[in-house]
Amino acid sequence: MGLASGMESTKDNHNNVVITSDGIPLKKKLAKSLFQSRLRAFGLVAPLLLLILFAFVIPILIFLSRGVYNNTFERHMINLTPLISSWDSNSEPTEAMFEALVLDLKAGKKSKKIGKVATRVNRELSGTRSLFTSSARKAKKLKAPFKDSLIKANKKWDNLEVWRAMKLTSISVTPAFLASALDMKYNADGTFERKPEERRIHLQLFLRTLEISLIVVLAGLFLGYPIAYLLASLPVRTSNLLLILVLLPFWTSLLVRTTAWIAMLQGQGVLNDLSVVFGLATDEDRFSLIYNKTGTLISMTHILLPFMILPLYSVMKTIPPSYVRAAKSMGATNWTAFWRIYFPQTIPGIGAGGILVFILAISFYITPALIGGQDGTMISNFIDFHMRKTLNWSLAAAMGGVLLVLVLFLYWIYDRVVGIDNMKLG
Amino acid sequence: MLGPSGSGKTTCLMMLAGFETATYGEIRLGGKPINNIPPHKRGIGMVFQNYALFPHMTVGENLSFPLEVRGIEKAERKKKVTNALDMVQMSEFIGRRPAQLSGGQQQRIALARSLVFEPELVLMDEPLGALDKQLREHMQYEIKHIHEQLGVTVVYVTHDQSEALTMSDRVAVFDDGRIQQLATPADLYERPENAFVAQFIGENNRFKTEIIEVKNDKVLARTATGSILSARKVNCGEVGTTSTLSIRPERVSVGLKGENTTKAKVLELIYLGDHIRCRMSVEEDNEFIVKVPNSLNHTHLEVGEETTVSWSSEDCRALDNGD
Repeated sequence: MGLASGMESTKDNHNNVVITSDGIPLKKKLAKSLFQSRLRAFGLVAPLLLLILFAFVIPILIFLSRGVYNNTFERHMINLTPLISSWDSNSEPTEAMFEALVLDLKAGKKSKKIGKVATRVNRELSGTRSLFTSSARKAKKLKAPFKDSLIKANKKWDNLEVWRAMKLTSISVTPAFLASALDMKYNADGTFERKPEERRIHLQLFLRTLEISLIVVLAGLFLGYPIAYLLASLPVRTSNLLLILVLLPFWTSLLVRTTAWIAMLQGQGVLNDLSVVFGLATDEDRFSLIYNKTGTLISMTHILLPFMILPLYSVMKTIPPSYVRAAKSMGATNWTAFWRIYFPQTIPGIGAGGILVFILAISFYITPALIGGQDGTMISNFIDFHMRKTLNWSLAAAMGGVLLVLVLFLYWIYDRVVGIDNMKLG
Repeated sequence: MLGPSGSGKTTCLMMLAGFETATYGEIRLGGKPINNIPPHKRGIGMVFQNYALFPHMTVGENLSFPLEVRGIEKAERKKKVTNALDMVQMSEFIGRRPAQLSGGQQQRIALARSLVFEPELVLMDEPLGALDKQLREHMQYEIKHIHEQLGVTVVYVTHDQSEALTMSDRVAVFDDGRIQQLATPADLYERPENAFVAQFIGENNRFKTEIIEVKNDKVLARTATGSILSARKVNCGEVGTTSTLSIRPERVSVGLKGENTTKAKVLELIYLGDHIRCRMSVEEDNEFIVKVPNSLNHTHLEVGEETTVSWSSEDCRALDNGD
């Protein structure tokens, strides 16, 4: 009986809708006011959100899409594209395909777009650029049967490799650039193979970029940890003064700091002159500190050091001295108290500083460009090279994409090992 | 150790623990000087104000840390940790992190951790300061009981006098970096040695007087209005010096004639259940407090009434000038 009446009363409670003073159910009213407050919050962030969306996120996505999408061939070779995509890439090209090719060459010559197509195909099979441009010039005079006359104009058209290269470029959505960014070659039959050894360059560059970034993180940690510790344990007045010294480089342009390092590190520079004065090196045999990896490492470590010190400092600041005191009162030596009690509590700061410096370092551009020389350049310099020199934007986009995936992957590993919510910036 | 904030209690405690250097004098533990022994070799347990439980370790790891650094074997460690947790009734929390515990629970763990390596001496720096009143009182008794059980010496810093009086065998009252009086709680209350202790421990009524006669352990003193009061000589100077006379509110009787009798006017009455707190104007002092016990035949008073107050010269103590 008691149970039944209890159930009845809960049922009653459900039916009994609470009404506000103006007759609207409380639930509805609450939802309305919550919606309004969310709308207000969204309104506050909307301008920045739109700016980031249109000036940052969307352009990046469009650019990255170039890494897997390139329609140069499809757009300018409208007649050949449908025929060649149904070709089995082993049989002899048909007369119809040759006719379509000649039509497209003529059109390409007229619209002056044939150069673009030639460059695109040339990336898949080098030496084909001139084949396209010269044949386009002659295309007007060619007569049926086009197969014979085209081969007569240039023997290379008889080569199946050329046709396979065209078939590859006719597919707009292609993994070819990604494969190329990873030193692989994408074949017409859909297989991948590694590029010949002398043409492998990107993987090595990715590895070097990772290596430099890791060394910079470790060096920054090694140099920054004691400084952060000092800052956190000094009285506030002194530590504020020293903190300004840490922040001072932020007020100087990155370019100025980099060129300052050139003056420091070069053959006739300050460091080498001092080494000669102190007898560490002879005048003829000076250290080569610049235009190599050493130079890149030294200057990048210096430039990124504040990004390591600040998170470490702000985390250390929150650790009360009573922890170490408690450990000592329990019999721990200075070292044990530091290693078992203090250090584990600074791990969030190490994580934050480490990941911050690593992500900045992996995409560092100006310093390696100015100081790096041959073996000190990084992946970003190569992306820039493809953007401005070879104009192979698709490859640049693919390399950028690979870099992004790499960073996200490392971020994921970091999350698994250290835990991202363990990261603290203060 | 009891005293107002800034009186040097914590500094003194830190010197005992070895975190502050004593610029002068010698600290001895069990007869041995420990001035030059680093903190980790002193073997003194400590409970900190904010507990200082290591946040990255579980309760069990926190407790076994002092044993680990002493190189005690694993089986032995486990036994001692379990014992210590049993003592504070926290055995089921061994796997928790400090952040998952309430303030009172953290307090117990900090206590257990300071005792687990069986130190000769345990220092406690206002360990109950962050707890609410009820829990604080409960923990006071608990610490007292553990203390009685183990027989370990505890130096306990607090600014709460009732806590000091409840828990201590001896209390050192600090002010201005000095121990003003070191005595049992009863002595501190009944026989304060100077004006600071008298006003810091419990309530008291004070008169500024001039000593006019000293006879054995009694003095006669003249108040600002010219009345002559007799008091017990404790810590006053010679004839002609100023002295603070101190009398506890519950030692004053109203309406009766006694050794020292003077006129009083009732200014305020506060009913407090077990007694009535009466503020009076006596010898131009408007803050003279009398506690009238709420007994069957207590004197009935009304605001504005003029009456007399009296007290025994035994209960009135002539102290230093109090400045």
